[in-house]
Amino acid sequence: MKKTPLHQNHLNHKAKMVEFAGWEMPIQYVGLKEEHLNVRNHVGLFDVSHMGEIRVQGPSALKTLQWLTTNNVEILENGQAQYSLLPNAEGGLVDDIIVYCLEKNQDYLVCVNASNEEKDWQHFQKNNQGAWLTNESAHWGQIAVQGPQAFELIQRVTGIEASQMKPFQTKSITWLGAQMIFASTGYTGEKGGEFFIEAASTGKLWEALIEKGQNLNVMPIGLGARDTLRTEMKYSLYGHEINETSNPYEAGLGWVIKPQAKDFIGKTPIVARKEAGLTRSLIGFKTIERGIPRQDYTLHDLEGRQIGYVTSGTHSPSLDAAIGIGYVESRFSSLGTEIAVDIRGKKIKSVVCKTPFLNQK
Amino acid sequence: MAFHIPEDYYYTKEHEWAQVDENIVTVGITEFAQTQLGEVVYVDLPEEGQKVTQGTSFGVVESVKAVSDLYCPVSGTVIEVNTALMDDPASLNDDPINNGWLVRIEMDSEKELANLMRAPDYKKLIADK
Repeated sequence: MKKTPLHQNHLNHKAKMVEFAGWEMPIQYVGLKEEHLNVRNHVGLFDVSHMGEIRVQGPSALKTLQWLTTNNVEILENGQAQYSLLPNAEGGLVDDIIVYCLEKNQDYLVCVNASNEEKDWQHFQKNNQGAWLTNESAHWGQIAVQGPQAFELIQRVTGIEASQMKPFQTKSITWLGAQMIFASTGYTGEKGGEFFIEAASTGKLWEALIEKGQNLNVMPIGLGARDTLRTEMKYSLYGHEINETSNPYEAGLGWVIKPQAKDFIGKTPIVARKEAGLTRSLIGFKTIERGIPRQDYTLHDLEGRQIGYVTSGTHSPSLDAAIGIGYVESRFSSLGTEIAVDIRGKKIKSVVCKTPFLNQK
Repeated sequence: MAFHIPEDYYYTKEHEWAQVDENIVTVGITEFAQTQLGEVVYVDLPEEGQKVTQGTSFGVVESVKAVSDLYCPVSGTVIEVNTALMDDPASLNDDPINNGWLVRIEMDSEKELANLMRAPDYKKLIADK
């Protein structure tokens, strides 16, 4: 199993370690619920060094990214970032990604899911339009700092005024001699950002964040709470809400697809899917009766006919309620529609509800 | 970590305990199981009168993260269910081997107890984890 630069730090913090996408990762430290609420109320640190980074450089960097992704990379200026998708030739999804513009037209960093890193790297090489590609995944450690106190903590440790940055912006600095990119992005719905830092200095940054965050109630957060935090926001997770056969419009990701602006892999089938109209929609729901929805459980109308399936489900620590995300036939997608989820043979009554599940601050 | 493992209980390899009082068997999960699960947020138990079979699933406990099946230590009929757990699943974390009991079963045959572990063997099992 692969180990992140923070492996020893996790053991020191008494993490429970598990295998995830070929990496040995902390699933929790003191407890999922406590960690989750600490991010909502104070601040948490996440080791996301397992995520992959692909560098795209040279005179054909922009051209290559325009072809590989669905969003319009051309509008990115230096220091801006963009959520985007890697489509396949059939109009499904290879991955969802963030593109960071380091130098317009010629230098970009693409952050990809750990579970897709090898696949994405092959995909980039196969569909390259002349850019200089480097798999920098081993070069970078990555730490996310999220929560109401995140800006204060980031400022204390690095001097970066994150509170003055709009979402999806970056700042490149040198921190104690190490190359660092800070991005005002995240996966929890809270304030904060994510650091890319040279692998060898990642531990030093982690410990500095822990130490300077003591009186801000900082806590290391495992992958368990990372998943419940993103589920409360209805953020997509590859392998759950989206995969190789997903229709990105049904997944609610049409806002990052720009067929008017450019040509890209799978554009024809993707546009055709949009024009055909949506037959399914990705919805959020809460159970009314007792029971917790989980991935792959089936969704039904009140007569018992199957109308869809669950992509993610959990007990929401913030709401103390069972919540789920899933695809349903579009006519069942309006707010307040009563549906049922099949939990071990019992039809548990549920209701389609507003998302994010959590009210945004 | 030191777990409380009562000497007079029987144990399954799936980490349930069984306390036998003549032909009535009280069933729960062990402290080890509780720590592995994390905070319990949901418990699904059978109804009174339901028949259960040794080694098969008779319910589930769920943490925020995962669903775990409960395996029956003995065959018989459910005569009592700890319904308080449904309203307060977290109490299973506080005291899994006493107040956190799950069901009481009227056992069909004492002979099945021979398929279960006693405390020393169960201690060995979890020492390897």
